[in-house]
Amino acid sequence: MIIAEWKPLSELTAKLRGHKKILLVGCATCVAECAAGGEKEVETLAPLLRMALHKEGHPAEVVTRTLERQCEWEFVEELAPLIPQVDAVLSIACGIGIQAVAERYSEVPVYPGVNTTALAIREEPGLWLARCQACGDCGLGETFGICPVARCAKSLQNGPCGGTRKDGKCEVDENLECVWYQIVKRAEARGQLDKLLEFRPAKNWSNSLHGGPKRVLREDLRP
Amino acid sequence: MTERAGSRLERVLAAGHFAVTVEVGPPRGPNAAAVRRKAELLSGVADAYNVTDNQTAVVRMSSIAGARLLLEAGLEPVMQMTVRDRNRIALQSDLLGASALGIKNCLCLSGDHQQASASGKLNGHPGAKHVYDVDSIQLLAILKGLGEQVQESGDPIAEPARFFIGAAWSPLAPPEAFRVLRLAKKVAAGADFIQTQAVYDVPRFAAQVAKAREMGLCDQIAILAGIIVPRSARMLQYLNEKVPGVEVPEELIRRLRAAVNPASEGKMIAQELIEAVRVIPGIRGVHLQAIENEEVLPEIISAAELLPRPVLNIGA
Repeated sequence: MIIAEWKPLSELTAKLRGHKKILLVGCATCVAECAAGGEKEVETLAPLLRMALHKEGHPAEVVTRTLERQCEWEFVEELAPLIPQVDAVLSIACGIGIQAVAERYSEVPVYPGVNTTALAIREEPGLWLARCQACGDCGLGETFGICPVARCAKSLQNGPCGGTRKDGKCEVDENLECVWYQIVKRAEARGQLDKLLEFRPAKNWSNSLHGGPKRVLREDLRP
Repeated sequence: MTERAGSRLERVLAAGHFAVTVEVGPPRGPNAAAVRRKAELLSGVADAYNVTDNQTAVVRMSSIAGARLLLEAGLEPVMQMTVRDRNRIALQSDLLGASALGIKNCLCLSGDHQQASASGKLNGHPGAKHVYDVDSIQLLAILKGLGEQVQESGDPIAEPARFFIGAAWSPLAPPEAFRVLRLAKKVAAGADFIQTQAVYDVPRFAAQVAKAREMGLCDQIAILAGIIVPRSARMLQYLNEKVPGVEVPEELIRRLRAAVNPASEGKMIAQELIEAVRVIPGIRGVHLQAIENEEVLPEIISAAELLPRPVLNIGA
């Protein structure tokens, strides 16, 4: 899923100061799963915002709405009757949802309430870990199903750097596994360590952001 | 083996001498005189001098400039180059430039993550965007290509940019079973010489070198054992606990703690380590580091009976 994290309340109020009626809009898909932007978080954040704005001398009304998916136009359309009644929107969906609302309702300012940070999995309750970086050149078949692009701090392609700690953690963060340590362990368990001997040449990054903003066109699905 | 770049280091090794390299950290400013002072201090004690590339991700004078300043002072540099800050375009461009400036040795590294820059007393640049377009092994392949007049993309270059190609090796870092294979990958990608992570646990190091020897790797590359001159028990403890791949036997820490003069005991330890790694079959030299303490190096190298360094006939 796409994961996001709340921005500090002070950053939100600094942007919203002066607005009288604010629509706080969430999304019931990825950001709900990662407990950042679903209905529950919308209803938690709304009173906090009201109180903070009031305390700072800029009282405002905060109305709430959570869309099924903020990244699909048909759901975004549901906000149409609400928009003329507000003078600002605060979205706590991922960056895709925020932009969809900003595009459909370009007449009002739309602010991000979260930072979108990764494509991740919920590892344990309250813990999410990045899994994919949408690099556009998937090599999971060569790395035993573990992605070094997203999960190695240096996105190394040919094995671990010298920074693997004694306990198999990454030198950049003692709480994170060295992903190449994990790949090697999985290769060993399968008796295929020699597969990691193969030189992996420089990646082609052009099918990701580095090739320019991504555009996928499927003629078979065109009207 | 045909000559790769004709560097002094390459020729010293080819002639069968036990090589000595030392590390020279460039200053955190534009002071050329600071580099020249270090050059003067260390002139004659080593075959080549490593110039670090923004080590620990702290901004310093570039390794290309530092390496050129050493050349002008009559010392042969090993230019270190990390893949942290440059993509394949910048790497190749800088390598062509380095070659044009007369730099013939290059050590290819992943580089410390930018987060390391904020781990000491400095603010560093932990918010920097890193590159890692290629990894250190892919960089080795790039250098090999440049020596054969071909860029990473396959495009030709007008003349070859030849380097004696170096790589790092951390044989005791986990996963230990893979470390020898990683060395093999580096050899296959184009490495000519290796400078290892600091060695304190000689038997464990020797065991990993023996595995490399069994794979025939030691016939294809020259391994220089890394030695960091210890200054105090606290420093050894720090290296043991905080620096991945560095394993310090407890007895060495105890010995330095008990020493009346830890600095001179540390020099003694460095000298003993040089002597111990020297007899390991497959070890062709030492790479010495005395971090911000380079003035101790001549004495240690002399005590280890590695002076004077061999004189090679120019053009030989």
